[in-house]
Amino acid sequence: MAEKPKDHDHSHLSDTELRVRALESLLTEKGYIDPAALDEIVETYETRIGPRNGAQVVAAAWTDPDYLTRLREDATAAIAELGFTGRQGEHMRIVENAPDTHNMVVCTLCSCYPWSVLGLPPVWYKSPAYRSRAVSEPRAVLAEFGVELPADKRIRVWDSTAEVRYLVIPERPAGTDGWDRDALAQLVTRDSMIGTGLALDPGELGG
Amino acid sequence: MKAEDDLLAAVDTIPRDEDGPAFSEPWEAQAFAMAVCLNARGLFTWNEWAKTLGAVINADDGRTPARDYYLLWLTALERIVCEESELAAQDLARRKHAWAEAAARTPHGKAVELPAR
Repeated sequence: MAEKPKDHDHSHLSDTELRVRALESLLTEKGYIDPAALDEIVETYETRIGPRNGAQVVAAAWTDPDYLTRLREDATAAIAELGFTGRQGEHMRIVENAPDTHNMVVCTLCSCYPWSVLGLPPVWYKSPAYRSRAVSEPRAVLAEFGVELPADKRIRVWDSTAEVRYLVIPERPAGTDGWDRDALAQLVTRDSMIGTGLALDPGELGG
Repeated sequence: MKAEDDLLAAVDTIPRDEDGPAFSEPWEAQAFAMAVCLNARGLFTWNEWAKTLGAVINADDGRTPARDYYLLWLTALERIVCEESELAAQDLARRKHAWAEAAARTPHGKAVELPAR
């Protein structure tokens, strides 16, 4: 076994990095993974997939009643029409906000998330606090996100699973009659599709 | 006590908006991609993965802060790999040691590589 190095002029890998390298090198040698495929996945999730995909879906739902019908019947297929498909074969479902109902999404078990339309989950989505409090006191959690809902508005919390991932369709903001899809998509934030936010009002668009 | 801890944690972990980087360190992306790859290859179903990860998270009981989420992910990955593949925990430990030795003899700034075998 190597003796402890006496100087600090060597490369340092953290304990965690060592664990990751051990897994990756062994899995590669045994033929379980292909490093090129790994890189491709990392790049996909970092750059190509993101909440913009989901915003396209929402904008289409707002402007095209036939598309909305297809989304309601089979969201996985309707989302795939726009070219967004998940890698885990998860089943997508939309939940629609309405004047009397607000929807929000959580995964109490771990952090199942509609990756194909929203990219990777934000840090808070994975936090134990959000996972428990979204269920026990959704109104208080929403208030922390700056969302104050009328007391008589019902809040429904949807618990994602490995099989079903939910996408919230926020209410279309007032004052957007005649807007096209691309313009509308700019109003759709990531949080509005998780249900911890609302779609932006036209006046909130920067620049 | 527990409720108070949760509240404190919430203040810390629920920012109003945060579009920060998807991964805070490269190894997180690697660990993420490995799970996706192994699932795509059929080593485990995504449901089995969710169960394993959920069990690790439950056992952790909130001790790991949300920013270190991928540490739990990595622990779950090691566990499911040892359960579903021919690799065992001691294989991972031995290989980890080999990487540590390789890092120790690599001058700073050079890529760390395992010796050819």
